[in-house]
Amino acid sequence: MQYTLLILLLPLLSFVVLGLMDTKWKARVAGSVGTLVLSVVAALSYYTAWAYFSTANVGGIYQKIVPLQTVWMQFSGQLHIDLGILLDPISVMMLVVISTVSLMVHIYSLAYMKGEKGFERYYAFLSLFTFSMLGLVVATNIFQMYIFWELVGVSSYLLIGFYYTKPEAVAASKKAFIVTRFADLGFLIGILILSFYTQTFDFGVLNSGNAGIFASASGVTFMGASVLSWAMALIFIGGAGKSAMFPLHIWLPDAMEGPTPVSALIHAATMVVAGVYLVARLFPVYVTYTPDVLHGIAYVGAFTSLFAAVIACTQTDIKRVLAFSTISQIGYMMVGLGVSGYGGHEGTGYMASMFHLFTHAMFKALLFLGAGSVIHAVHSNEMQKMGGLRKYMPVTHLVFLIGCLAIAGIFPLSGFFSKDEILAATYMYSTGLGIGMSFIAGLTAFYMFRLYFNIFWGKENSYEHSPHESPLAMTIPLVVLAFFSFFGGLIPFGKFVTSDGAAYTGETNYVLAIVSVLIGITGILLAAAMYRKKTMLPDRVSQSLGFIYQLARNKFYVDELYLFITKNVFFKGMASPVSWYDRHVVNGSVNGLAVVTQWVSVKIKGIQTGKVQQYAWVFLLGTLLMAFLILFL
Amino acid sequence: MNYSAFLQLHNEMTLLAVIVILLVIDVFSSEKGYRFFQTLALILFSIHTLLNCVPGEPFEVAGGMYMYYPIHTYIKTILNVGTLIVLLQAHRWLNTEENIIRRGEFYFLTLSTLFGMYLMISAGHFLMFFIGIETAALPMATLVAFNKFNNKSAEAGAKYILSSVFASGLSLFGLSLVYGATGSLYFDDIAKIMTASQIELIGFAFFAVGLFFKISLVPFHLWTPDVYEGAPTSITAYLSVISKGTAVFVVFTIFVKVFGVMIAQWQILLYIIIVLSITVANLFAIRQQNIKRFLAFSSISQAGYIMLGVISGTALGMSSLVYYVLVYMFSNLAVFGVVTIIENHADKTSIRDYTGLYYTNPKLSIVMALALFSLAGIPPFSGFFSKYFIFSAAFKEGFYVLVFIALANTVVSLYFYLKVVKIMFFNQSENPIERISTDIPSKISLIICTLAIVFVGLVSSIFEQISVLGFGI
Repeated sequence: MQYTLLILLLPLLSFVVLGLMDTKWKARVAGSVGTLVLSVVAALSYYTAWAYFSTANVGGIYQKIVPLQTVWMQFSGQLHIDLGILLDPISVMMLVVISTVSLMVHIYSLAYMKGEKGFERYYAFLSLFTFSMLGLVVATNIFQMYIFWELVGVSSYLLIGFYYTKPEAVAASKKAFIVTRFADLGFLIGILILSFYTQTFDFGVLNSGNAGIFASASGVTFMGASVLSWAMALIFIGGAGKSAMFPLHIWLPDAMEGPTPVSALIHAATMVVAGVYLVARLFPVYVTYTPDVLHGIAYVGAFTSLFAAVIACTQTDIKRVLAFSTISQIGYMMVGLGVSGYGGHEGTGYMASMFHLFTHAMFKALLFLGAGSVIHAVHSNEMQKMGGLRKYMPVTHLVFLIGCLAIAGIFPLSGFFSKDEILAATYMYSTGLGIGMSFIAGLTAFYMFRLYFNIFWGKENSYEHSPHESPLAMTIPLVVLAFFSFFGGLIPFGKFVTSDGAAYTGETNYVLAIVSVLIGITGILLAAAMYRKKTMLPDRVSQSLGFIYQLARNKFYVDELYLFITKNVFFKGMASPVSWYDRHVVNGSVNGLAVVTQWVSVKIKGIQTGKVQQYAWVFLLGTLLMAFLILFL
Repeated sequence: MNYSAFLQLHNEMTLLAVIVILLVIDVFSSEKGYRFFQTLALILFSIHTLLNCVPGEPFEVAGGMYMYYPIHTYIKTILNVGTLIVLLQAHRWLNTEENIIRRGEFYFLTLSTLFGMYLMISAGHFLMFFIGIETAALPMATLVAFNKFNNKSAEAGAKYILSSVFASGLSLFGLSLVYGATGSLYFDDIAKIMTASQIELIGFAFFAVGLFFKISLVPFHLWTPDVYEGAPTSITAYLSVISKGTAVFVVFTIFVKVFGVMIAQWQILLYIIIVLSITVANLFAIRQQNIKRFLAFSSISQAGYIMLGVISGTALGMSSLVYYVLVYMFSNLAVFGVVTIIENHADKTSIRDYTGLYYTNPKLSIVMALALFSLAGIPPFSGFFSKYFIFSAAFKEGFYVLVFIALANTVVSLYFYLKVVKIMFFNQSENPIERISTDIPSKISLIICTLAIVFVGLVSSIFEQISVLGFGI
C-alpha cells in the first residue's frame, strides 16, 4: 500500500505549484487545479479505506500496517526518529473524514470566495493545511506527529488571517497561534519526558503493551505523581490546546473571523479534533498505565462541554454559536475516551468517541457551510439581521435542518447513534456524569434550534435586496454532507474501529435511547416555543435569569481574565519595569546620571561616552558577582 | 625548527595566502581599484573554503600550542560559509561611490578577524588563544567604524573597542591568576594540575567574562544593541554570527577541557546567565522599534539558547551546539540579508517601515518570514531541530527547570518574531518600500540561506555527521 504516500505528496505538490504560480494563473485555473488534486486525494483515501478494511483483518483483529518507514535520524544509541505512514482503523477513518470535508470545502469555496483578493493564495493555503492534517494522522511516531501538528498550526494561522485587511481576523489568527503554541509547550515537554524514559518515539512500541519500557517512567515520582503520569498529562495539554478544552478554548470563537469555509474545515472536522485523535492514538498507554489522567480528561471534557453549551445559548453571531457548539461536542468526544476501558464491552467509550468524531465532522461541516450560505445571502453574521429565510433558500433550509436534527441526536440521524453510544458508556462509568451529559444533550438541541428558528423562521427582516439561494457549487457540497449526516449513523462502526481492533457489536439500550430522543425533542420544542414566532418570551426569560444570562453572554469573562493577567501581570508587572530600566538606566537619559558621566564626556566629545562607562560598571559588577557566586555556591 | 609543520596548518595558510594576494592587488592597482577585485576575492575565498572542508586526523603543532581535531574543520567551514554569505551581501554596498576606494580594506579586515578566530578555535595554549582573540577584535572594531564619517558608526566603533579592551583586560587578569596557581598556560597541563582552589575559581570567573562579552550574554551584553545599530549592516551580520559562533564553540572546549574540574561551579553560573540572557533579551526585544536593535536582542536570546549546549558538557551538547550555530547562521544571515538590501535601497531601518513589504517585495518578505519562523523554532524549519537537539542535550543532564524556562521563553519570542511577520504580510502601508530589484550576489546569498533553512533540518545526515565527531576535544 505504498501508494498511500501519494495522499500526502499530492496536496504538498499542489501547495508548491499554486504558491509559486501565485497570481500568474487566473483565479479559476488555480481553484480548479486545487480542487482536482484534492478529488484525486479523496479517491485515493476511499480506496485505501476499502483496501485496508477488506484485507487487514487477521484473525478478527485489525492489524497495524506500516507501508513506509525510514529511519530519518539516529538520535542516540537506541532513540531514533522515523518518518513513515501508519495505517490502522483510526488513521484510515481520519483519512476519509479529512479528504471528504476538505474536498467539499474546496468545491464550496469556488463560489463562496469568488472575487476575493488572493483567491490563488487561499487555495495554496488550503492545500498546505490538508497536507499537514493528513500527515498528522498517519504519523508513525509522536515526533513526526508533533512536526505536522505545528505545521497544522502554521497553516491554520495563515488561513484564519486570510482577511488580512480586517484587524479582527489578524488578531484572531495571532491569538489562535499563540494560545495553541502555549499548549504545545506542554506537548513538547511531554514528548521529551516520555522519550527520555521509554527510549522510543514509536507509536507501535508505545502501544504494544510491553510494560518493560514504562518501568522506569512509572517508577520515578515527581510531586506525588509518577513521571509517566506527568508526561501523559502534559501531552494531553497539547491536545487540549488544539481541541479548545477549557481553559484553552478562548481562541476558537475568535477564529470565526476567518473565511467561513475555513471554519468548516479547520474548526469543525479536522484541526480541532486533533487533540481527540492524539488521546485516541495513545489510548492504550493512557488506559493501562495512567488511568487517573484518563479520568481527568473525562472531567475536563464534561466541564468544557457544559460550559460551552451554556454560552452557546446566549450568542447572537451565528458562527460563534457554532463555534461554542463545536467546543461542547469535542468535550463529548473527550468524555467518551475518558470513561472508556480497553477492549470489548468496556471499550464502548473509545468506539463511541471515534464514531462521534466521524459523524460530528460531517454534520458540523454541513452546519458551517450552511451558515456560510446564509451569510453569503444576507451579508451578516448576526441573527437579528436574519429571519424567515426558509422561503428564499429552500435547499439551505432543508440541509441546515438535517444538520440541526443530527446534532440534536434525533433518531435515525447520524448524531443519534454516536451520541447514544457515548451516553451509554458514560452511564456505565458513573451515573452522575451520565445525567450531566444527558442534560447537555438537551441544551444542545435547544441552542441549535434557537439558531435554526432565528435564521429560517421568526419575524422576516426587511432585506435591502431579497436574499436568494446560493449557486450550485455551494449547494452540492451541502447536499453531499447532508446525505452523510443523515445516513452516517447506519454504519456499523463497532465492526471497524475499536480500542483493541477486534469487532464489537453493542446491544442497544432502548430505555436510554428513548429517553435521549425525548430530551432532544424537549429542547427543540422549547426553542420552537420561544423563537418560532417573534414573541416577548425570550427577553423575559433572559431578564429573569439576569445575572447568569449576562455571565454566559459574556462567555463567563474568561477572555477578560486572560487579558487582565497578560496586561496587568505580564506587561505591567514585568515588561514595564524592564522598559523603565531601558529608558532610565540603559538610555542614561536621567539627569542624575549625567553628573557621574560628565567628566568623561568632556574628554571625548561627540560620543555618548556616559553610556560606555556605565556599561563598564555593569560589566565589572557582573564579573564580581560571578566571582562571588562561584566562590560561595 | 621544522617548517613542514606549517603545511599541516593548511586552513590557516590558505586563508593567509588569500589575504596577502588581495592586499597586494589592492595596493598596486589604480585609484579606482582593480575592476574584478571583488569577483576575484569571492573566487579565492570559495576555493579556500572548498580546499579545507574535509576533516583530517588530529595533530598538534608547536609543542601543543596549536591543536587540531576533526570537529575544527566543521566549525571553521561553517564560519567560512558564513563569511562567504556576508561577503556576497556586502558586494553591492562596497560598490557604492563612498566605499569603492576602501573595499580592499574591507576584505583585508574581515578575513583577518577570521584568521584570529581560527587561532582561537585551535589554540592549545592560552597565549595562542589570547593572540587569536586580539587578532580578531582589533580589525573588528575597525570594521564597526567602517563608515567613519557617519556618527553612529564611529560611535559604535569606539564603544566596541572600549568594551572589548575592558573585557580583554578582565580576561587577562583571570588568566594571570590561573597561571599563578597552576604554573602553566597549556590547556592540557592546567587541566591536570587544577584543583578548583579559590584563586583558580576567581581566575576562571574573570576569564569567562571576556568570552561572555563576545557572546554578548546578559549582563555583559550592554554594548550589543548600540554596536549592532551603529555598525554597517553587513558588519553587524558578521558580528552576530561569525564572532558569536566562534566564541560559543571556544567556551565549550575551554570550559570542558581546561576547567572540567569546576563543572559544578560553572554549571550554576551558566544556569543563571542563561535564564537572564533569554528572559531579559526577550523582554527587551518586544519593545524595539529599530530592526537592527531588535535583531541585537534576538541574537542575545539566541546566544542564551546556544549556551544550553555548553551547560550539558556532553558530546551530545557539543554536536547540538555546532548544529545550532550552523542553523542560526543561515537563519540570521537571511534576515540580515533582507535588512541590508532594504537599507541599501530605501535607507530604512525602522520596523514600521516594513509594513506591507509583502505587497511590494513578496520574495524578500517570504525569505524574511521563513528565517524568522526558523529563529522562533517552528517546525519543520531547521531552527526547530536545532532547538530540539539543544534542549534535549540539556534535558538529558537533568536541567528540567532550565529547559522549561527556555521553552516558555520560546513562546514569548514567537510573539515578537511573529509581530514582524504580521507587519510585513497583514498590514498595509500608505507609503511602502518600493519594489526593489536585488543585485545578483545578494540573491545568491538569500537563495543559499533559504535552502538551508528549509532543508538542513530535514536532511538528517548533517546532524549525524556532526555528532560522529561530537566530542573531538
